[in-house]
Amino acid sequence: MHLSTKNLKQAGQRTWRNFITAIPIIIGVFLLIGFIDTLVPKEFYARAFSGIPIVDALVGALIGSISAGHPITSYIIGGELLNQGVSMVAVVAFILCWVTVGVIQLPAESSMLGKKYAILRNGVAFISAIAMAVLIVLTLGIL
Amino acid sequence: MNEKQKKLSGGWLFLALVAALYIASSFFSGGLVRNSLAQFAELIKRIAPVLLFVFALIYCFNLFVNPKVISKYLGSRKGISGWLVSISGGIISMGAIYMWYPLLTDLREKGMNDAFITTFLYNRAVKIQLLPFLMHYFGLTFTIVVTAYMIIFSVINGILVDKLMDL
Repeated sequence: MHLSTKNLKQAGQRTWRNFITAIPIIIGVFLLIGFIDTLVPKEFYARAFSGIPIVDALVGALIGSISAGHPITSYIIGGELLNQGVSMVAVVAFILCWVTVGVIQLPAESSMLGKKYAILRNGVAFISAIAMAVLIVLTLGIL
Repeated sequence: MNEKQKKLSGGWLFLALVAALYIASSFFSGGLVRNSLAQFAELIKRIAPVLLFVFALIYCFNLFVNPKVISKYLGSRKGISGWLVSISGGIISMGAIYMWYPLLTDLREKGMNDAFITTFLYNRAVKIQLLPFLMHYFGLTFTIVVTAYMIIFSVINGILVDKLMDL
């Protein structure tokens, strides 16, 4: 491919437009994550589970969906919840929704990829997480 | 107002709303705002190099990738290579998910379909560098089973979202 000055400049201009579009969203999401991380105490997650597996799976998925932060945080909280007797299906649903569903990022995703797409993707990922949690626990029971 | 201007305005409006939340919160709890800002600064510090890398990648895409290449690798609804590229691309990609939205928006305009975009985004949750953490808490068998299910479901998610988008 021939790389002319014109091509380099055009690519630069398009990248700059991408950057200017994305940067307020990225900063906004970081600010929201910082706020929620600070506001929601880690103990909140343990108090929210009932002991009924299917209800806990739904609660786990809901909390995971509205949570934001590094995946490591979800692994750590999930591990602690398991130690406190929360069912495996709830913990798996919680971790899967934490890493695949992003309610906090929904405005950013809607803005960039379209509202319909963002809602569908997150909705399908939410339902998948519950189905996967059940399948994973069943698979682990067989192995 | 064209679509790009709408996206631009939407992004700044979102940032303004978050800033308003911080300003309102500062009247009730200065500590909460200070700690939140410290968390924010920590995130920015950790993510900035990755962000630079992502935009360098976007520049390369803008320079080298054309619709024909995209349609060959990612744009075909039946192409196995498109699925493999979406899966492997999602797994090896770095940084926060929202940093990839501009690139995916650009790729969509060049022919990438929603199934592959969804599969790519889903596989962003499979992080090879984080697997030791998962193994530490849940064991090797759990880690393998979860990872395998996530890759399989990424394709199912991709197909479902693509079909639902067409309704």
